[in-house]
Amino acid sequence: MILHEFMTFEVLRVIWWLLLGVLLIGFALTDGFDMGVGALLPFVGKTDTERRIVINTIGPVWEGNQVWFILGGGAIFAAWPILYAVSFSGFYLAMFLVLAALILRPVGFKYRSKRESARWRNNWDWALFVGGAVPALIFGVAVGNVLQGVPFHITPDLLMPRYDGNAILKLLGLLNPYALLAGVVSLSMLLMHGAAWLGLKTEGVVQQRAQSIGTIAGIVAAVTYALAGLWLAFGIDGFQIVGEVVKDGPSNPLYSEVTRGGSWMQAYSDRPWIAIAPVMAFVGIAMAVMGLRKGKEVSTLLWSKLGITGIISSVGLTMFPFILPSTVDPNSSLTVWDSSSSHLTLFVMLICAIIFMPIILAYTSWVYKVLWGKVTEDELDSNAQSY
Amino acid sequence: MEFGLVELSRLQFAMTAMYHFLFVPLTLGLSIIVAIMETVYVMTGRPIWRQMTKFWATLFGINFVLGVATGITMEFQFGMNWSYYSHYVGDIFGAPLAIEGLMAFFMEATFVGLMFFGWDKMSKVAHMIVTWLVAIGSNFSALWILIANGWMQNPVGAEFNPDTMRMEMTNFFEVVFNEVAQAKFVHTVSAGYVTASVFVLGVSAWYLLKGRHTELARRSIAIAAAFGLASAFSVVILGDESGYNATHTQKMKLAAIEGMWETQDAPASFTLVGIPDREARETHYAIHIPYAMGLIGTRSLTQEIPGVDQLVAEAGEKIRSGIIAYDALMTIRTERDATPAEVRATFEEHSADLGFAMLLKRYVEDPRQATDEQIAMAADDTVPGVGPLFWAFRIMVGLGFSFIAVMLYFFYRTSFKGMQYPRWALRAAVIIIPAPWIAAELGWFVAEFGRQPWTVDGVLPTALSASHLSITDLLITLAGFVIFYSVLFVIEMSLMIKYIKKGPFMDVEETDAWMERHAARLSSNDPALKPAE
Repeated sequence: MILHEFMTFEVLRVIWWLLLGVLLIGFALTDGFDMGVGALLPFVGKTDTERRIVINTIGPVWEGNQVWFILGGGAIFAAWPILYAVSFSGFYLAMFLVLAALILRPVGFKYRSKRESARWRNNWDWALFVGGAVPALIFGVAVGNVLQGVPFHITPDLLMPRYDGNAILKLLGLLNPYALLAGVVSLSMLLMHGAAWLGLKTEGVVQQRAQSIGTIAGIVAAVTYALAGLWLAFGIDGFQIVGEVVKDGPSNPLYSEVTRGGSWMQAYSDRPWIAIAPVMAFVGIAMAVMGLRKGKEVSTLLWSKLGITGIISSVGLTMFPFILPSTVDPNSSLTVWDSSSSHLTLFVMLICAIIFMPIILAYTSWVYKVLWGKVTEDELDSNAQSY
Repeated sequence: MEFGLVELSRLQFAMTAMYHFLFVPLTLGLSIIVAIMETVYVMTGRPIWRQMTKFWATLFGINFVLGVATGITMEFQFGMNWSYYSHYVGDIFGAPLAIEGLMAFFMEATFVGLMFFGWDKMSKVAHMIVTWLVAIGSNFSALWILIANGWMQNPVGAEFNPDTMRMEMTNFFEVVFNEVAQAKFVHTVSAGYVTASVFVLGVSAWYLLKGRHTELARRSIAIAAAFGLASAFSVVILGDESGYNATHTQKMKLAAIEGMWETQDAPASFTLVGIPDREARETHYAIHIPYAMGLIGTRSLTQEIPGVDQLVAEAGEKIRSGIIAYDALMTIRTERDATPAEVRATFEEHSADLGFAMLLKRYVEDPRQATDEQIAMAADDTVPGVGPLFWAFRIMVGLGFSFIAVMLYFFYRTSFKGMQYPRWALRAAVIIIPAPWIAAELGWFVAEFGRQPWTVDGVLPTALSASHLSITDLLITLAGFVIFYSVLFVIEMSLMIKYIKKGPFMDVEETDAWMERHAARLSSNDPALKPAE
């Protein structure tokens, strides 16, 4: 195994940082509308038939979409093992809530319409609401915390991740005002996305309700995103690597020195081109909101995707090269240069990604093509396997 | 590290993993059975086979969804509860998990939607291919998960890097073609096929007993018996292969399963039953089969299999060697590039035993300060719980052989007795439905409990692997999982039973009409009617 020497460690780390972004964005663009639709379900569907139409718009695709999340977890484990270790154990109870909510979702889809009882169905509808809204909110809260830094440290002798403190206080600590604001950005953005999806896949009163809620959600997303940006610029300290930045050294976070200070927004004067991300965010949301108001279908979903891509990439680009900064021991902070897998593993995983990602995109596109078109009451009645 | 934390973390992992594996075996096997049925439908065009496909697919779907849902927990709880493990071996262990997502789970999950929603949206052949892709995806998924697990049992293709304080991959192909992983993969998926075959057999037998859906039931039994028979043989043969691998990869696990305290002269005898006693270092009331263990374990008459006592003594030596590695490692950790070359050389020489020094962390903060007594205790810790392993293994193997007998019997009745089954046999088929699940769970218990005290055999002790969480954290999630999973279990069982009682409900008229024509054809002598549709 010498092939991997042809790509430098530094380049591979940047590629895997980009792929991490691709996976998160892929998750938000696909499973994002599933979560949005779940959160919208009780409000856009009033009768059982309406709700079944809403559920069946995502019925055949949510399972594949959710794999972006699973794959994201696997890829973080493989490419950024210490990030995987520190973040999921650090956000322990929050992660548990996300898991519980996400487990409700598949079960809800599959089991809801398997009994006639109105109470059974109504309970599952609210379970689906939780399964959509709670993860959407918590993912944003997590990002809000990452931007502020997280109170973990890594022990110097064995490199053990530590995250001290009381379980409940740790969870409440995550729910600080800035993080909640970020949670609102995330939730409203995915509500907008879910509405754009329902705009495409439904008609009549369900479509109208979705489009009017989506319009409001889009406006909220744009406003809270702007607020979060201003707050980040003026109210939150950034992090910096001190001294020479070693980009191809061993993956040991303690080998580099980090200080807290300055602003994250420094990134925009160091690398002005990254301003394209927030521009994409605002343009995408503005066009999606207009599309929702005018009742446009395909273009609205595409604009919504652009807006979400802009929001997520702006966070990554602003923080680069930091991935998970530590407030209690800045030297423990995880960066692109010191928390990756080994050179060989990154290379092997890249080869796997190059082979399989195009295949995945091809068959996923084919499946969406087969399922193209509006979901109607007639269609539900004709397929006994509908949800 | 507090003792209670590690125990609670293990409890949670065991619970969530074993719960997940209630659904996985049926997914693995039923996906293939459904695909076989659909293939018969496409080849013959007979509506009964489409009805069978849709009926079993409905039960598959109810089961599949909980497999997926509980799999989400599995993907993330290494990071949540086993953060030091994740850091220490993520460089190797993470790769197969990620490839599982890329290669297998994506395919399975993307096509399963079409499998249920796509009947009217594509051609018969296209739909059959979709069903096969779901089945292949599920099985590939098991392949990569078992490559990951196989590495925990037999950590090949990796070495320790003192700079990053973790294991790093040195050879990807060694990890993938790990002999332990390959044997475990075939053993595990075959167990899934047996599970599904027993399930299909049992449900169909119930229909025959009730006199309902007999056409569907008889055809389903034919498929289940043939597929189940081949799989039941495969499980036992590959189980034997796993045992053979263990004689050179996990000697302690093997000795514990055998309740073999002292090294016997080759070829060793196999203990059929007995009562292992850890205190006395003896297995009481043992019934031995001469030569059998030597033949199974080494496939020779001359090679010795070490007993527990000898392995404990060897572990003691490895601990002392590991302490030398640990001492050198601490120098490297502080001196970094300034480390003298001879210290690096010392470390290289002893680094294979570093994990054994880590066993001392349970008793002393710095392994270099360990007393002889503590070393002896740590060495004794390398013996897993002999009693539970001894019995779990024997029950699993007994069930494995009984499945061969059941499948042989039904295969015989199907092939040579005109698909007529006596009522006692049908009743027995219903009663044994839970048995393959018991065997599968016991199999995982033997594999994972038998690996203790390690998460990665000889490399990383379990006690060190757990996340530094509070007991409260663990109690909250443990209670949450117990309540949540119990509710889901009740719901899934009730739906499963409801849909089994309901029977096939799709394409009923078309199938019944065809069945009538088919019966008429079979009983008539008019050659014009003979060619089947």
